[in-house]
Amino acid sequence: MTKSKTEEALEGTGRFFDDRLRAARATTAFLRKLYPDHWTFLLGEIALYSFVILLLTGTFLTLFFQPSMSEVVYHGVYTPLRGVRMSEAYASTLNISFDVRGGLLMRQVHHWAALLFMAAIFVHMLRIFFTAAYRKPRELNWLIGIVMLTLGLLEGLFGYSLPDDLLSGTGLRITQGVLQSIPIVGTYGSYFLFGGEYPGNIIIPRLYIIHVLLIPALLLALISAHLFLMFHQKHTQMPGKGRTNANVIGAPTYPYFAAKTGAFFFFIFAVLGLLSTFAQINPIWLFGPYNPSGITAGSQPDFYMGPLEGALRIMPAWEWNVAGHTFAFNVFIPALVPLGVLFTAAALWPFLEQWITGDRSEHHVNDRPRNAPTRTGLGMAAVTFWGVLWLEGANDILADQLQIPLYTLTWIARVAVFVGPVVAYWVTKRICLGLQRKDAHLLEHGVETGIIRQLPTGEYVELTRPVDDEKLAVLEYNRVGAPELPPAGPAEDADGVPAPETRSALGRLRLGLNRVVSEGIPVGDGHGNGHGDGHGNGHAAPAAVTAGEQGGDPPDGPARPAPDQGGPDGGDTGH
Amino acid sequence: MSGKKPRRRRRQRAAGYAVLASGLLVIGVAYAAVTGAGSAATAATASGPSAADIAQGKAIFADTCSSCHGMNAQGTSAGPSLVGAGAAAVDFQMSTGRMPGKDFDAEMPRKPVTFTTAQIHQVADYVSSLGGGPAIPSPAMVSSAGADVALGQQLFITNCSQCHNFAGAGGALTYGKYAPALTHSTPTQMYEAMLTGPEAMPVFSDTTVTPAQKRAIIAYVTKVRSEPNPGGFSLGRIGPVTEGLVAFLGGIAALVFAAIWITMKRRET
Amino acid sequence: MSETEGSGQEFPSGDGAEELPEPRAPHRVIGTPPPAEARTLLEAPPAEEGPVEPRWLPAEPSDLPQAKRAERVVAALFILSMLASIGFIAAYIGLELGSIGGVQRSNLALGVAMSVAFGALAVGAVIWVKYLMPKVEMTEERHPLASSPQERAEFAETFNEGAEASGFVKRKLLRRTLIAASVPLAVAPLVLLRDMGPLPGTSLRHTVWRKGMRLLVYGPNTPLRAADFAIPGQMITVVPDGYQDDLDALAKATTIILKFAPGQLMPPTNLNWTVDGIVAYSKICTHVGCPVALYEQTTHHILCPCHQSTFDATRGAEVLFGPAARPLPQLPLGTDAQGFLVATSDYHEPVGPSFWERG
Repeated sequence: MTKSKTEEALEGTGRFFDDRLRAARATTAFLRKLYPDHWTFLLGEIALYSFVILLLTGTFLTLFFQPSMSEVVYHGVYTPLRGVRMSEAYASTLNISFDVRGGLLMRQVHHWAALLFMAAIFVHMLRIFFTAAYRKPRELNWLIGIVMLTLGLLEGLFGYSLPDDLLSGTGLRITQGVLQSIPIVGTYGSYFLFGGEYPGNIIIPRLYIIHVLLIPALLLALISAHLFLMFHQKHTQMPGKGRTNANVIGAPTYPYFAAKTGAFFFFIFAVLGLLSTFAQINPIWLFGPYNPSGITAGSQPDFYMGPLEGALRIMPAWEWNVAGHTFAFNVFIPALVPLGVLFTAAALWPFLEQWITGDRSEHHVNDRPRNAPTRTGLGMAAVTFWGVLWLEGANDILADQLQIPLYTLTWIARVAVFVGPVVAYWVTKRICLGLQRKDAHLLEHGVETGIIRQLPTGEYVELTRPVDDEKLAVLEYNRVGAPELPPAGPAEDADGVPAPETRSALGRLRLGLNRVVSEGIPVGDGHGNGHGDGHGNGHAAPAAVTAGEQGGDPPDGPARPAPDQGGPDGGDTGH
Repeated sequence: MSGKKPRRRRRQRAAGYAVLASGLLVIGVAYAAVTGAGSAATAATASGPSAADIAQGKAIFADTCSSCHGMNAQGTSAGPSLVGAGAAAVDFQMSTGRMPGKDFDAEMPRKPVTFTTAQIHQVADYVSSLGGGPAIPSPAMVSSAGADVALGQQLFITNCSQCHNFAGAGGALTYGKYAPALTHSTPTQMYEAMLTGPEAMPVFSDTTVTPAQKRAIIAYVTKVRSEPNPGGFSLGRIGPVTEGLVAFLGGIAALVFAAIWITMKRRET
Repeated sequence: MSETEGSGQEFPSGDGAEELPEPRAPHRVIGTPPPAEARTLLEAPPAEEGPVEPRWLPAEPSDLPQAKRAERVVAALFILSMLASIGFIAAYIGLELGSIGGVQRSNLALGVAMSVAFGALAVGAVIWVKYLMPKVEMTEERHPLASSPQERAEFAETFNEGAEASGFVKRKLLRRTLIAASVPLAVAPLVLLRDMGPLPGTSLRHTVWRKGMRLLVYGPNTPLRAADFAIPGQMITVVPDGYQDDLDALAKATTIILKFAPGQLMPPTNLNWTVDGIVAYSKICTHVGCPVALYEQTTHHILCPCHQSTFDATRGAEVLFGPAARPLPQLPLGTDAQGFLVATSDYHEPVGPSFWERG
């Protein structure tokens, strides 16, 4: 067999590495690894590639930025600020924008990429939550994600504070005031962070090293762990024909996934390029250098810090002075409580759900949000809570643009922050149950064909056809009462004696929560009215993939529904 | 060949039009010459308000303003006294169209102007004659030539941007009031606003913010608002709120469409 | 060499695979002739080098004419991308900055070039995958993630026996002294952070204002006579004389003065600290420290733009709305011999945000 020069060269290279690394088997496995395909699986990639772009553009910026608060007088290209005193950090940012070719573009790409990074994390996190991809074995990845979200918030805050402009300086002032208000340690924390009185002359260099070294290093490590876990555990897949808990269906890394993910990276870079060309962001020359005596109307942080800002605005004036000490509830409660509660609840949720449902099996096929109405409802409640605070953070902009009085908006937010999530939960849950009813109807009666037939008796009936295979697999998967979601256990045994674990207060709570979570519309019941009790069609105990059952197939192929009772000819009609 | 008669009639018809046109032309030119000379005569004496102007102003005032401000501008329950308000205040309110007031909301908005500049000056002269007050600044007082723009930036950020925003894009106040955007304000209007403190705006008198300092502020504002946005569309120059919206509705939305396209499965039979 | 055997192309997948679903690759109904490439009329197929091996992936996409068209489209896109990248370099070299307009042009040119370069690559790559790569849908098995009991037992044995062999478990003195050694070692790096900043002491309780210190109008930094601040409704920002360039001092000492007509100022404003209806309040909001400077002349409200704390300037800047819990501190004012406004002492309470030791 004659080989081309290229083939020989490639083989030579391969042999070189394999001789030293025994890489052939691992590399082959990697290249053949399958990736399930769904557009929602690309949301995490937006975050990943935005991060890569942040690293690239950030490195460029570090070549020109001066992280120093020493004062200089500006004499550069931007004429309205000529003769103005400013820090070197601010002056060097003006320099990057107006004196370095491509500098403004790189600055803008960097800032848009930061916004896209955080937005993608939120959207990705919501996708994971609503499809329950955080379930075992992926709880670790969920926790890593929450840590990365927090690090991203800090990284962004520190990053846009580096130019030391009026807007971000105001944000630093607020950060300092919040820090100062924390009981016992607040003043010490503030003086340690700022090296003395605010603003001091060391905060920008300190934020700089945190922003370019410490947090990126942590993020790189966490991203690597996040991706490694995803590789090792294999990606989840959406319910569909042939997709079970024990397989992965998709296309291999090489060449398909590599090409698609590479293409998406270029898409992200292109979108960022378009944004940076046509949408001006963070025009620091318009803000002017930071001065603690000046401020602009409409002082907001970047959007991902918006809920914190809104929490500060929404809080009533509540302070407690006792025994020579001050508890500034009006400051440290909004700073710590709303997001603290949200993030903690999010971190605990996978384990809480396991406790409520008793489901400790592995899950590799995603849920449909409608099949878990309580979870979806709670997720929407959390989104509403976050959203109300976020909108309140922009209340003066909204007041000006929509011509609603300022205090009215704050009062609306004060009510909506409590009422909104409750309403959102209830509405979402009802919508999910309605969609479940629609699915149950489809399964029981088939798809309407629009063909009307008259029976010999004179009756008119509409012919239906069974749902096609692909759709059937999706409809059937993981319905309430289906084997994948076991109940917490029978509440009573045959003689009516309650199960021991349900007798304690915690046990009763668990039982109650389990009932709420299991609410759904079972198939075959035909009278679904929202009172399903989670014990479904009497399927066998869940056949999850557990240790010691190597190779055992879970009986989770699509269970056919009861045959059509609708049309007389349930088969192909007008197909 | 009917010949001569039509030719004659045509010539007569054309001649008639020619006479008419030339007559109009003569009258028009004569009129312009006469009135032009007339206004030149008035301008020559306009170093201070003439009695004629004040009288004109009083007439307009009586028709338009007295219903709220009183026949002698002493004020009524519907409108404040204008005695001592000064020509600058009148010029500001009327040249921005805020006055005559129409919808009595939380604040008088800028509206299309109802009167000509000459008429506004006449009303201003009249009001000024009642009790004095700040005068309309001259063009030299509001020109940006040689102004200290750096000082203007510092003064603007310290005393103006907290209401009007860093780029003069405006902002919300309480109870439905707002600090308007400065995009349409002329240098004269800016000076007058600082001097007279219209509605909720504080007063920045010439003894506190000197005329030169006011010029500096005006120079800064006019410079910044007219400069191009090097980074693309400005998104309103109101800061991170619009940027966040664009990140979601522009960036994430576009990438979601891209993701859908990439993973779309083509149906094949 | 394309594979067209029968209907439904099967690809070898992992061992023990269950029955595969119909892949999305096109299948033929039995009875139709095979695609043209496989039909031979007269010639024998070219000699092959051995038995036909089953491929992991097919070599060609199923719709070849479409693939050919797609190839041309992708090639055009890649050429467009190349031109855009060259354009980027040309724009970088050719476009000067030097003014805002120049920066705008440069940003536009570089940005468009960059976007087109990446965008064309992206679209080209996607079309390549969709139309130029054969469609595959493969299946592989998942194995339960938990290790087998034997593996777990082996790990447990390794770990436990190693722990025993190390002596860590049995020898208490060893273990305890090791822990005792590690604790201060872990604490020491934290101790090193102590000099990051001084202790606050009482510095938060005071500003730089002193008796006799003149108020300077911030910006021109000129002193102000009471007589020059005489029109009711006036407001201006002032800073202490000598500290106009000290941002640390200004972060606490910046003050606003307001002029009122007689009779407008009322308790709890300290009227002894006013001069002719001129009152001075701290410009540092008592919520979290933003400059509170929106003064509404008609309502006498001072509004903070950050979180909308609202203070009544006629009543000692007491809080009317918003999260601030304390009124703005009032600076005692007087005049000096020349009539300039001066402070008669420092603020009588700490300015700015609350803190634990404030009381």
